[in-house]
Amino acid sequence: MAEDHHEHHHHDDQSPAAIRVKALESLLIEKGIVSTDAIDAVVETYENDIGPMNGARVVAHAWVDPDYRARLLTDGTGAIAELGFWGSQGAEIVVLENTRTVQNMVVCTLCSCYPWPVLGLPPTWYKSAAYRSRAVLEPRQVLREMGLDLEESVEVRVWDSTAETRYMVLPERPAGTEKMNEDELVALVSRDSMVGVARVREPAAVR
Amino acid sequence: MAKSADVSIADMDGSEALPRKNGELVFEAPWEGRAFGLAVTLNEHGIYEWPAFRDQLVAEIADAEARGIESSYYERWATSLERLAISRGLVTPEELEARAEEYEHGNREEDWE
Repeated sequence: MAEDHHEHHHHDDQSPAAIRVKALESLLIEKGIVSTDAIDAVVETYENDIGPMNGARVVAHAWVDPDYRARLLTDGTGAIAELGFWGSQGAEIVVLENTRTVQNMVVCTLCSCYPWPVLGLPPTWYKSAAYRSRAVLEPRQVLREMGLDLEESVEVRVWDSTAETRYMVLPERPAGTEKMNEDELVALVSRDSMVGVARVREPAAVR
Repeated sequence: MAKSADVSIADMDGSEALPRKNGELVFEAPWEGRAFGLAVTLNEHGIYEWPAFRDQLVAEIADAEARGIESSYYERWATSLERLAISRGLVTPEELEARAEEYEHGNREEDWE
């Protein structure tokens, strides 16, 4: 790219790149190859339809429906698909249940395999070399640094994701949520709780 | 209903990984989103398989890095998209040039919006 657009850089929609993209789009629309609506729908799908919200919905549904919870824990991929989530590729999602005495946490020591259809794209820390190595070597210390100080009696289990098998954590339903409905519960579930590096906070603590 | 996102696109790793912030896609300007949407739409329409676009992008990034060109991720993405659109016969370099010229000089209304 030339130096001469340095000042407004690529944030400007009159930048050379912006103009070329606009030109290409306009030609492809004119030729009937694509439509504005199709492009809009794609952008919207990737911006909004994937994200931690999908996972939160899975978790909240499992909290209110014991049968669903049982299916989720025996066949994560299938139970998640029941709610309409999962992309085109055949990776399996295994769901791990966190309890008062067991804390499952998920890592990908090799790269950054992540159950993105339910959790969105992985956060930077998940991909960091430090998390990837230390989660296995000293998980309690890592969790403490992330704000989760576990009692000694809690067993920590670390799960290493692969391209074929990706893990998602079903966090424990917090006390004080007995009267909440599914939609209200969805709002409580954080991404970090579904990676197993946090617990779902009680409603009072959320406010 | 819109199709769901494709893991082989959203989950690309390495130099071609999509810019993201806290898990969400980041577009620094509207045209970056258009370039993204256009590339994925052409893939969904079967114009090319995703690996073909990804390979083009990887090559584009490697080339820019090797030559010390400080272009942004989506500038490289846009170049890849352009090259692929031309090599697949969707547009010719000449008509693309002419249309870009029109936009640059304000000789064309945004009639496609």
